[in-house]
Amino acid sequence: MNTMDFRKDFALFRSSNAPVYFDNSATTQRPDCVIEAVADFYRNSNANPLRGLYDLALKATEKYEDARKTVASFIGAKNPSQIVFTRNTTESLNLVSESISSAVKIGEGDDIVVTVSEHHSNLLPWQRLAKRTGAKLVFMEPDMTGLISDEEIRSKITERTKLVAAAHVSNVWGRVNPIEKIIKRAHSFGAVAVIDGAQAVAHMKVDVSSLDCDLYAFSGHKMLAPMGIGVLYGKAELLERMEPFMLGGEMIEYVTREDATYAEVPHKFEAGTVNAGGAAGLARACAYISDTGFDFIRTQETELTSYLIGKMNSIRGIELYGSKDPDEHNGIISFNIKDCHPHDVASILNEDGICVRAGHHCAQPLMQFMGIGSCVRASVYAYNTLEEADRFVKCLKNVRKVLGY
Amino acid sequence: MELKDLYREIVNDHNINPVHKYEMDMPDIVLRGVNPSCGDDINLMVKIKDGIITEASYMGCGCAISQASVDMMLDNVTGLTKEEALARADIFLGMIEGKIIDDKELEVLDDAMYLKEISHMPARVKCAVLGWRTLKKILSEDIPG
Ligand SMILES: Cc1ncc(COP(=O)(O)O)c(C=O)c1O
Repeated sequence: MNTMDFRKDFALFRSSNAPVYFDNSATTQRPDCVIEAVADFYRNSNANPLRGLYDLALKATEKYEDARKTVASFIGAKNPSQIVFTRNTTESLNLVSESISSAVKIGEGDDIVVTVSEHHSNLLPWQRLAKRTGAKLVFMEPDMTGLISDEEIRSKITERTKLVAAAHVSNVWGRVNPIEKIIKRAHSFGAVAVIDGAQAVAHMKVDVSSLDCDLYAFSGHKMLAPMGIGVLYGKAELLERMEPFMLGGEMIEYVTREDATYAEVPHKFEAGTVNAGGAAGLARACAYISDTGFDFIRTQETELTSYLIGKMNSIRGIELYGSKDPDEHNGIISFNIKDCHPHDVASILNEDGICVRAGHHCAQPLMQFMGIGSCVRASVYAYNTLEEADRFVKCLKNVRKVLGY
Repeated sequence: MELKDLYREIVNDHNINPVHKYEMDMPDIVLRGVNPSCGDDINLMVKIKDGIITEASYMGCGCAISQASVDMMLDNVTGLTKEEALARADIFLGMIEGKIIDDKELEVLDDAMYLKEISHMPARVKCAVLGWRTLKKILSEDIPG
């Protein structure tokens, strides 16, 4: 496998005037086979899954449940029933925050622990849960390279802690959090560990069983799969004890006028008609990534990241955030250029066909912690090339001049 | 005009060497304007005497387009009556919405008319109109003077 073969699978990169797509942490591109898998579901297996008794509906159900099996094995879940399909990471995390109280008693005097680097999706649900239950929201703080120290973990996760929520990889620093240590420490006090894997699953082999996390959330669209399909993995006994937060069709066992009993896990969390086409696409994306191999993906990303960091460091007035080690970036490079507002930088790059993100990256408390209002983020994936990196750097070098400095 | 030329020819000067960026002594009205998603954040300060804007300044931070747009705006409206300034705001906002395209009609905006190009850059519209939106709010409030 080489990058050029890999790139050929993506329509955007086959066009002659393809932009330099460096916004992969917002959403990746999708290979033809994933788009085909979605189309194939709707062309050849389309019926409402999980309800019809005729063959076509059974086929739709089978496709959907097969997708669950593929995703389970992709992230090392022991049993497919531990995979709940949602719309995205955000929905997965909200599902947890809305349902967890039925499984874990949280109240006054208790702590909910998060990190200051969290995406708003892994912060706001816990803020609300803390307000509702009277628990205190406690923040683990990293150093200025995004690293959370052992001491920080020890001092913030204590016998008061009932739940810990942390990103596997930060969407601003690009850094892997020490989640094994965080999970261990949480478990030593009987607390539940929720991991936001949105920025991890496309970049590294994730094994939820060996991580031993209680819950793990991610989005399909950040790992080559369609938008609108996401996953919540959970430990079986915890999912059993959690009450569903959405009620309706497809998630029941038996309903009377006054009462209902719920279906088994995972279906009790999947109320209403499901996104079976999306699930089929996600399963195909898992297979595609496995075939491509994380060795290849990581090698490409690290090569690109170290090349970029090396070149960017020589740009006048630039400040790069995160670790000095390119291997600690997972394709994400956040930065600012002196005197230049990130929105101006992104607009100028856009003029040259370069796509980057600028703003607070849905992590305002982190921006405050870093002492900046916002920043620019370039994020690469294994299909990006050194030529694209050169185009990006060349344009970036010019930014201060365009802005009159 | 290309975005880069827009910066070079008009935005940079107002952004880097603003005329109206200072803390005013005893303003009659102060109003803050914010674009929460971008982080553009300004404080407009005005003095109004006999219904005329006699002095206007701002402080704040944000992208070059948002800051330059405020400076150009204050150049444009100082010395006008409240009603005249409100009419200018409507011309500017109409221009950015792509509703007013005749350059003759836009000439009264002076430098600010060069931001016309922003009407083709949806991502930057909010930046360009922040100052004018805030000014409109200030002038619509009933204040003595
Ligand atoms: C770390 C992290 N968590 C959560 C999310 C939210 O993902 P989604 O918008 O797919 O729900 C993102 C995506 O921006 C992210 O980077």
